[in-house]
Amino acid sequence: MPDVACLQPRDVADAVRLCHETPDARLLAGGTDLMVMLHAGSVRPRALVNLWSLAELKGIRHVDGVVEIGAAEPYTGIIGSALVAEHCPALVAASRTIGATQIQNRGTLGGNLANASPAGDTLPVLLASDAIVVTDSRTIPVAEFFTGYRTTALRDGELIVAVRFPVSARGVRFRKVGTRAAQAISKVVVAVNREPARIALGSVAEVPLRARSAEALLAQGDVEGAVAAVAADIRPIDDVRSTAAYRRAVAQNVLGDLLRD
Amino acid sequence: MRFVLNGRAVSFEGSGARRLLDVLREDLGATGTKEGCGEGECGACSILVDGEVVNSCLVAVGQVEGCQVTTVEGLADGGRLTALQQAFIERGAAQCGICTPGMLLAAHALLEENPRPSEDDVRVGLAGNLCRCTGYTKIIDAVLACRT
Repeated sequence: MPDVACLQPRDVADAVRLCHETPDARLLAGGTDLMVMLHAGSVRPRALVNLWSLAELKGIRHVDGVVEIGAAEPYTGIIGSALVAEHCPALVAASRTIGATQIQNRGTLGGNLANASPAGDTLPVLLASDAIVVTDSRTIPVAEFFTGYRTTALRDGELIVAVRFPVSARGVRFRKVGTRAAQAISKVVVAVNREPARIALGSVAEVPLRARSAEALLAQGDVEGAVAAVAADIRPIDDVRSTAAYRRAVAQNVLGDLLRD
Repeated sequence: MRFVLNGRAVSFEGSGARRLLDVLREDLGATGTKEGCGEGECGACSILVDGEVVNSCLVAVGQVEGCQVTTVEGLADGGRLTALQQAFIERGAAQCGICTPGMLLAAHALLEENPRPSEDDVRVGLAGNLCRCTGYTKIIDAVLACRT
Protein backbone atom coordinates (compact mmCIF):
# COMPACT_ATOMS: atom_id res chain seq x y z
CA MET A 1 0.00 0.00 0.00
CA PRO A 2 2.57 2.56 -1.10
CA ASP A 3 0.10 5.40 -1.52
CA VAL A 4 -2.13 4.94 1.55
CA ALA A 5 -1.63 7.79 4.01
CA CYS A 6 -2.14 7.49 7.76
CA LEU A 7 -3.76 10.81 8.70
CA GLN A 8 -3.29 12.11 12.24
CA PRO A 9 -6.32 14.07 13.48
CA ARG A 10 -5.88 16.41 16.47
CA ASP A 11 -9.26 15.54 17.99
CA VAL A 12 -12.64 13.97 17.19
CA ALA A 13 -13.89 17.02 15.26
CA ASP A 14 -10.75 16.96 13.16
CA ALA A 15 -11.17 13.21 12.52
CA VAL A 16 -14.75 13.76 11.34
CA ARG A 17 -13.59 16.58 9.06
CA LEU A 18 -10.81 14.40 7.59
CA CYS A 19 -13.31 11.61 6.91
CA HIS A 20 -15.63 13.96 5.05
CA GLU A 21 -12.80 15.59 3.06
CA THR A 22 -10.94 12.40 2.13
CA PRO A 23 -12.61 10.03 -0.32
CA ASP A 24 -12.41 6.35 0.69
CA ALA A 25 -10.88 7.03 4.11
CA ARG A 26 -11.18 4.38 6.81
CA LEU A 27 -11.12 4.97 10.55
CA LEU A 28 -8.36 3.01 12.29
CA ALA A 29 -8.32 2.37 16.06
CA GLY A 30 -6.50 -0.72 17.40
CA GLY A 31 -6.23 -2.33 13.98
CA THR A 32 -7.02 -5.87 15.12
CA ASP A 33 -9.56 -6.32 12.31
CA LEU A 34 -8.77 -3.58 9.80
CA MET A 35 -5.03 -4.26 9.51
CA VAL A 36 -5.77 -7.90 8.60
CA MET A 37 -8.23 -6.80 5.90
CA LEU A 38 -5.79 -4.18 4.57
CA HIS A 39 -2.98 -6.70 4.29
CA ALA A 40 -5.24 -9.23 2.59
CA GLY A 41 -6.39 -6.54 0.15
CA SER A 42 -10.04 -7.11 1.01
CA VAL A 43 -10.40 -3.39 1.74
CA ARG A 44 -8.53 -0.76 -0.27
CA PRO A 45 -8.98 2.65 1.35
CA ARG A 46 -7.10 5.67 0.06
CA ALA A 47 -6.26 6.83 3.57
CA LEU A 48 -6.46 5.76 7.19
CA VAL A 49 -7.56 8.16 9.93
CA ASN A 50 -5.67 7.18 13.07
CA LEU A 51 -7.93 7.34 16.13
CA TRP A 52 -5.63 5.43 18.49
CA SER A 53 -4.02 8.43 20.14
CA LEU A 54 -7.13 10.61 20.58
CA ALA A 55 -7.59 11.24 24.31
CA GLU A 56 -11.30 12.01 23.81
CA LEU A 57 -11.90 8.39 22.78
CA LYS A 58 -10.15 6.87 25.80
CA GLY A 59 -11.12 6.40 29.42
CA ILE A 60 -13.97 5.03 31.50
CA ARG A 61 -16.17 7.43 33.46
CA HIS A 62 -19.39 7.77 35.41
CA VAL A 63 -21.73 10.24 33.67
CA ASP A 64 -25.28 10.96 34.94
CA GLY A 65 -25.53 7.61 36.71
CA VAL A 66 -24.32 5.55 33.77
CA VAL A 67 -20.90 4.18 32.93
CA GLU A 68 -19.44 5.51 29.71
CA ILE A 69 -16.50 3.81 28.00
CA GLY A 70 -14.45 5.63 25.37
CA ALA A 71 -14.73 3.99 21.95
CA ALA A 72 -10.95 3.53 21.64
CA GLU A 73 -10.33 2.39 25.23
CA PRO A 74 -8.65 -1.02 24.85
CA TYR A 75 -10.05 -4.17 26.47
CA THR A 76 -7.11 -4.19 28.88
CA GLY A 77 -8.45 -0.94 30.33
CA ILE A 78 -11.94 -2.42 30.61
CA ILE A 79 -10.64 -5.59 32.29
CA GLY A 80 -8.75 -3.51 34.86
CA SER A 81 -11.58 -1.06 35.59
CA ALA A 82 -13.23 -1.20 39.02
CA LEU A 83 -16.08 0.91 37.60
CA VAL A 84 -16.86 -1.62 34.85
CA ALA A 85 -16.46 -4.55 37.29
CA GLU A 86 -19.13 -2.96 39.48
CA HIS A 87 -21.57 -1.74 36.82
CA CYS A 88 -21.17 -4.27 34.01
CA PRO A 89 -19.21 -7.32 35.19
CA ALA A 90 -20.31 -9.28 32.10
CA LEU A 91 -18.33 -6.87 29.92
CA VAL A 92 -15.19 -7.65 31.94
CA ALA A 93 -15.88 -11.37 31.48
CA ALA A 94 -16.41 -10.93 27.73
CA SER A 95 -13.29 -8.77 27.35
CA ARG A 96 -11.16 -11.47 28.99
CA THR A 97 -12.22 -13.97 26.32
CA ILE A 98 -11.08 -11.78 23.43
CA GLY A 99 -7.87 -13.05 21.80
CA ALA A 100 -5.14 -12.78 24.41
CA THR A 101 -3.03 -9.97 25.89
CA GLN A 102 -1.80 -8.61 22.53
CA ILE A 103 -5.36 -8.29 21.18
CA GLN A 104 -6.75 -7.01 24.50
CA ASN A 105 -4.10 -4.26 24.44
CA ARG A 106 -5.37 -2.98 21.07
CA GLY A 107 -8.96 -4.14 20.55
CA THR A 108 -11.73 -1.65 21.40
CA LEU A 109 -15.52 -1.50 21.86
CA GLY A 110 -15.77 1.06 19.06
CA GLY A 111 -13.93 -1.31 16.75
CA ASN A 112 -16.02 -4.32 17.77
CA LEU A 113 -19.18 -2.31 16.99
CA ALA A 114 -17.99 -0.78 13.71
CA ASN A 115 -16.59 -4.09 12.43
CA ALA A 116 -20.03 -5.59 13.25
CA SER A 117 -18.92 -9.20 13.01
CA PRO A 118 -21.73 -11.58 14.02
CA ALA A 119 -19.06 -13.24 16.21
CA GLY A 120 -17.99 -10.03 18.01
CA ASP A 121 -17.57 -11.19 21.60
CA THR A 122 -18.75 -8.04 23.36
CA LEU A 123 -21.76 -7.40 21.15
CA PRO A 124 -24.30 -9.70 22.88
CA VAL A 125 -23.28 -8.09 26.19
CA LEU A 126 -23.98 -4.65 24.74
CA LEU A 127 -27.37 -5.86 23.46
CA ALA A 128 -28.34 -7.46 26.79
CA SER A 129 -27.21 -4.26 28.57
CA ASP A 130 -29.37 -1.93 26.43
CA ALA A 131 -26.15 -0.06 25.74
CA ILE A 132 -26.22 3.24 23.89
CA VAL A 133 -23.74 3.96 21.10
CA VAL A 134 -22.64 7.60 21.22
CA THR A 135 -21.35 8.99 17.92
CA ASP A 136 -19.98 12.42 17.01
CA SER A 137 -23.49 13.54 16.06
CA ARG A 138 -26.14 11.43 17.88
CA THR A 139 -26.90 8.43 20.09
CA ILE A 140 -28.03 5.05 18.74
CA PRO A 141 -29.56 2.30 20.93
CA VAL A 142 -27.42 -0.78 20.26
CA ALA A 143 -30.62 -2.74 19.49
CA GLU A 144 -30.90 -0.56 16.35
CA PHE A 145 -27.20 -0.60 15.46
CA PHE A 146 -26.75 -3.83 13.47
CA THR A 147 -28.64 -3.61 10.19
CA GLY A 148 -27.34 -6.69 8.32
CA TYR A 149 -24.27 -8.83 7.78
CA ARG A 150 -21.41 -6.51 8.77
CA THR A 151 -23.52 -3.42 8.17
CA THR A 152 -24.47 -0.83 10.77
CA ALA A 153 -26.63 2.24 11.28
CA LEU A 154 -23.51 4.45 11.04
CA ARG A 155 -23.54 6.99 8.24
CA ASP A 156 -20.51 7.60 6.03
CA GLY A 157 -17.84 9.31 8.08
CA GLU A 158 -19.78 8.96 11.36
CA LEU A 159 -17.49 8.15 14.24
CA ILE A 160 -18.27 6.18 17.41
CA VAL A 161 -17.14 8.22 20.41
CA ALA A 162 -18.27 6.14 23.40
CA VAL A 163 -20.62 3.43 24.65
CA ARG A 164 -22.97 4.01 27.61
CA PHE A 165 -24.21 1.30 29.96
CA PRO A 166 -27.46 1.92 31.86
CA VAL A 167 -27.87 0.79 35.46
CA SER A 168 -29.54 -2.49 34.39
CA ALA A 169 -26.22 -3.66 32.85
CA ARG A 170 -25.17 -4.77 36.32
CA GLY A 171 -27.34 -7.91 36.07
CA VAL A 172 -26.09 -9.13 32.69
CA ARG A 173 -24.42 -12.55 32.55
CA PHE A 174 -22.26 -13.88 29.72
CA ARG A 175 -20.89 -17.13 28.32
CA LYS A 176 -18.75 -17.76 25.23
CA VAL A 177 -18.25 -21.17 23.66
CA GLY A 178 -15.17 -21.51 21.45
CA THR A 179 -12.69 -24.21 20.53
CA ARG A 180 -10.18 -23.17 23.22
CA ALA A 181 -9.91 -20.57 25.97
CA ALA A 182 -7.65 -18.05 24.20
CA GLN A 183 -7.39 -16.87 20.59
CA ALA A 184 -10.70 -18.49 19.66
CA ILE A 185 -13.45 -17.04 17.52
CA SER A 186 -16.76 -17.95 19.14
CA LYS A 187 -19.09 -20.73 18.03
CA VAL A 188 -21.87 -19.38 20.28
CA VAL A 189 -22.00 -16.33 22.58
CA VAL A 190 -24.93 -15.76 24.94
CA ALA A 191 -25.66 -12.80 27.22
CA VAL A 192 -28.77 -12.56 29.39
CA ASN A 193 -30.42 -10.17 31.79
CA ARG A 194 -33.44 -10.81 34.02
CA GLU A 195 -34.55 -7.24 34.70
CA PRO A 196 -35.42 -6.20 32.06
CA ALA A 197 -35.67 -9.56 30.28
CA ARG A 198 -32.94 -9.66 27.66
CA ILE A 199 -31.49 -12.59 25.71
CA ALA A 200 -28.78 -11.75 23.17
CA LEU A 201 -26.66 -14.09 21.08
CA GLY A 202 -23.65 -13.98 18.80
CA SER A 203 -22.37 -16.30 16.04
CA VAL A 204 -25.86 -17.72 15.50
CA ALA A 205 -27.12 -15.39 12.73
CA GLU A 206 -25.82 -12.83 10.23
CA VAL A 207 -25.94 -10.22 13.00
CA PRO A 208 -25.57 -10.25 16.79
CA LEU A 209 -29.23 -10.42 17.78
CA ARG A 210 -31.80 -10.30 20.54
CA ALA A 211 -34.04 -13.37 20.79
CA ARG A 212 -37.33 -11.50 20.97
CA SER A 213 -39.79 -14.38 21.40
CA ALA A 214 -37.59 -15.98 24.06
CA GLU A 215 -37.32 -12.59 25.81
CA ALA A 216 -41.12 -12.26 25.85
CA LEU A 217 -41.42 -15.61 27.63
CA LEU A 218 -38.62 -14.77 30.06
CA ALA A 219 -40.40 -11.52 30.92
CA GLN A 220 -43.36 -13.67 32.06
CA GLY A 221 -41.03 -15.80 34.19
CA ASP A 222 -41.19 -18.76 31.78
CA VAL A 223 -37.56 -19.90 31.73
CA GLU A 224 -38.22 -23.27 30.08
CA GLY A 225 -40.38 -21.60 27.45
CA ALA A 226 -37.61 -19.12 26.71
CA VAL A 227 -35.05 -21.92 26.32
CA ALA A 228 -37.37 -23.73 23.88
CA ALA A 229 -38.21 -20.57 21.94
CA VAL A 230 -34.65 -19.38 21.39
CA ALA A 231 -34.11 -22.12 18.79
CA ALA A 232 -36.55 -20.38 16.47
CA ASP A 233 -35.21 -16.89 17.17
CA ILE A 234 -31.73 -17.70 15.81
CA ARG A 235 -30.55 -18.43 12.26
CA PRO A 236 -27.30 -20.40 12.62
CA ILE A 237 -25.35 -21.76 9.65
CA ASP A 238 -22.75 -24.47 9.02
CA ASP A 239 -19.30 -22.89 8.62
CA VAL A 240 -15.62 -23.58 9.36
CA ARG A 241 -16.09 -23.10 13.10
CA SER A 242 -19.22 -25.13 13.78
CA THR A 243 -22.52 -26.43 12.47
CA ALA A 244 -26.02 -25.03 12.63
CA ALA A 245 -27.23 -28.04 14.62
CA TYR A 246 -24.43 -27.68 17.20
CA ARG A 247 -25.01 -23.95 17.55
CA ARG A 248 -28.75 -24.40 18.04
CA ALA A 249 -28.29 -27.10 20.70
CA VAL A 250 -25.51 -25.22 22.52
CA ALA A 251 -27.37 -21.90 22.42
CA GLN A 252 -30.29 -23.60 24.19
CA ASN A 253 -28.07 -25.41 26.70
CA VAL A 254 -26.03 -22.32 27.57
CA LEU A 255 -29.14 -20.17 27.84
CA GLY A 256 -30.67 -22.77 30.17
CA ASP A 257 -27.53 -22.79 32.34
CA LEU A 258 -27.45 -18.99 32.55
CA LEU A 259 -31.14 -18.69 33.42
CA ARG A 260 -31.50 -21.62 35.83
CA ASP A 261 -28.73 -20.87 38.31
CA MET B 1 7.71 10.20 11.00
CA ARG B 2 9.86 9.37 14.01
CA PHE B 3 9.86 6.89 16.86
CA VAL B 4 12.35 5.33 19.23
CA LEU B 5 13.46 1.78 18.38
CA ASN B 6 15.33 -0.02 21.15
CA GLY B 7 16.48 3.28 22.64
CA ARG B 8 17.61 4.78 19.33
CA ALA B 9 15.70 7.52 17.48
CA VAL B 10 14.68 6.34 14.01
CA SER B 11 12.79 8.04 11.21
CA PHE B 12 10.73 6.58 8.43
CA GLU B 13 9.51 8.03 5.13
CA GLY B 14 6.68 6.32 3.33
CA SER B 15 3.14 5.12 3.75
CA GLY B 16 1.97 5.36 7.34
CA ALA B 17 -0.44 2.52 6.61
CA ARG B 18 2.35 -0.05 6.29
CA ARG B 19 2.55 -2.71 8.97
CA LEU B 20 5.05 -1.89 11.69
CA LEU B 21 6.26 -5.50 11.28
CA ASP B 22 7.29 -4.84 7.68
CA VAL B 23 8.92 -1.49 8.41
CA LEU B 24 10.95 -3.05 11.23
CA ARG B 25 12.15 -5.94 9.07
CA GLU B 26 12.47 -4.37 5.63
CA ASP B 27 13.32 -0.72 6.27
CA LEU B 28 15.04 -0.75 9.64
CA GLY B 29 16.84 -4.09 9.39
CA ALA B 30 15.41 -5.39 12.68
CA THR B 31 14.72 -8.92 11.46
CA GLY B 32 14.55 -10.43 14.95
CA THR B 33 10.79 -9.88 14.82
CA LYS B 34 9.21 -12.78 12.92
CA GLU B 35 6.02 -13.06 10.93
CA GLY B 36 3.87 -16.12 11.60
CA CYS B 37 0.23 -15.81 10.61
CA GLY B 38 -0.05 -12.10 9.80
CA GLU B 39 -3.54 -12.09 11.35
CA GLY B 40 -2.94 -11.51 15.06
CA GLU B 41 -3.47 -15.15 15.95
CA CYS B 42 0.04 -16.49 16.63
CA GLY B 43 2.00 -13.79 18.46
CA ALA B 44 5.28 -14.46 16.59
CA CYS B 45 5.56 -10.76 15.71
CA SER B 46 4.96 -9.55 19.29
CA ILE B 47 6.84 -6.40 20.21
CA LEU B 48 6.43 -3.73 22.89
CA VAL B 49 4.95 -0.30 22.15
CA ASP B 50 5.41 1.97 25.15
CA GLY B 51 5.90 -1.16 27.24
CA GLU B 52 2.71 -2.94 26.14
CA VAL B 53 2.89 -6.16 24.15
CA VAL B 54 1.18 -5.93 20.76
CA ASN B 55 1.20 -7.82 17.47
CA SER B 56 3.32 -5.74 15.08
CA CYS B 57 1.38 -7.15 12.10
CA LEU B 58 -1.70 -5.29 13.37
CA VAL B 59 -0.10 -1.89 13.99
CA ALA B 60 0.21 0.71 11.23
CA VAL B 61 3.58 2.42 11.41
CA GLY B 62 1.76 5.77 11.45
CA GLN B 63 0.35 4.80 14.84
CA VAL B 64 3.71 4.68 16.63
CA GLU B 65 4.81 8.26 15.95
CA GLY B 66 6.70 9.35 19.06
CA CYS B 67 6.42 5.93 20.73
CA GLN B 68 9.03 3.70 22.36
CA VAL B 69 9.23 0.46 20.35
CA THR B 70 11.10 -2.53 21.75
CA THR B 71 11.96 -5.63 19.72
CA VAL B 72 13.98 -8.69 20.68
CA GLU B 73 17.12 -6.84 19.58
CA GLY B 74 16.47 -4.39 22.42
CA LEU B 75 16.43 -6.94 25.24
CA ALA B 76 20.10 -7.91 25.54
CA ASP B 77 22.64 -5.31 26.60
CA GLY B 78 25.29 -5.85 23.93
CA GLY B 79 26.34 -9.49 24.31
CA ARG B 80 24.85 -9.72 27.78
CA LEU B 81 21.54 -11.58 27.68
CA THR B 82 18.69 -10.83 30.04
CA ALA B 83 17.91 -13.34 32.79
CA LEU B 84 14.84 -14.38 30.79
CA GLN B 85 16.84 -15.04 27.61
CA GLN B 86 19.41 -17.00 29.63
CA ALA B 87 16.63 -19.05 31.23
CA PHE B 88 15.17 -19.85 27.78
CA ILE B 89 18.57 -21.24 26.73
CA GLU B 90 19.22 -23.17 29.92
CA ARG B 91 15.78 -24.77 30.07
CA GLY B 92 15.42 -25.66 26.41
CA ALA B 93 12.56 -23.19 25.89
CA ALA B 94 13.54 -22.53 22.26
CA GLN B 95 13.47 -25.16 19.54
CA CYS B 96 12.84 -23.97 15.97
CA GLY B 97 12.98 -20.39 17.26
CA ILE B 98 10.24 -18.73 15.23
CA CYS B 99 8.04 -18.06 18.28
CA THR B 100 10.97 -17.20 20.54
CA PRO B 101 11.36 -13.43 19.94
CA GLY B 102 7.63 -12.84 20.44
CA MET B 103 7.52 -15.24 23.36
CA LEU B 104 10.40 -13.39 25.04
CA LEU B 105 8.71 -10.00 24.64
CA ALA B 106 5.34 -11.26 25.89
CA ALA B 107 7.08 -12.88 28.88
CA HIS B 108 9.14 -9.72 29.47
CA ALA B 109 5.96 -7.60 29.53
CA LEU B 110 4.28 -10.11 31.85
CA LEU B 111 7.16 -10.05 34.35
CA GLU B 112 7.30 -6.23 34.25
CA GLU B 113 3.61 -6.11 35.11
CA ASN B 114 3.66 -8.99 37.60
CA PRO B 115 7.13 -9.94 38.89
CA ARG B 116 5.79 -12.99 40.79
CA PRO B 117 3.30 -14.65 38.45
CA SER B 118 1.71 -18.02 39.23
CA GLU B 119 1.92 -20.76 36.62
CA ASP B 120 -1.64 -19.92 35.66
CA ASP B 121 -0.72 -16.23 35.26
CA VAL B 122 2.08 -17.25 32.91
CA ARG B 123 -0.20 -19.53 30.87
CA VAL B 124 -2.77 -16.73 30.52
CA GLY B 125 -0.08 -14.10 29.87
CA LEU B 126 1.45 -16.17 27.05
CA ALA B 127 -1.84 -17.44 25.60
CA GLY B 128 -1.42 -15.16 22.60
CA ASN B 129 1.91 -16.76 21.61
CA LEU B 130 1.71 -20.10 19.85
CA CYS B 131 4.60 -22.60 19.87
CA ARG B 132 4.42 -25.77 17.78
CA CYS B 133 7.65 -27.33 19.12
CA THR B 134 7.99 -27.23 22.86
CA GLY B 135 4.56 -28.08 24.20
CA TYR B 136 5.00 -24.89 26.30
CA THR B 137 6.20 -26.62 29.48
CA LYS B 138 9.84 -25.56 29.12
CA ILE B 139 8.82 -22.01 28.19
CA ILE B 140 6.64 -21.73 31.27
CA ASP B 141 9.44 -23.20 33.42
CA ALA B 142 11.85 -20.59 32.05
CA VAL B 143 9.48 -17.72 32.85
CA LEU B 144 8.75 -19.07 36.34
CA ALA B 145 12.51 -19.32 36.95
CA CYS B 146 12.74 -15.53 36.46
CA ARG B 147 10.26 -14.58 39.18
CA THR B 148 11.72 -12.06 41.59
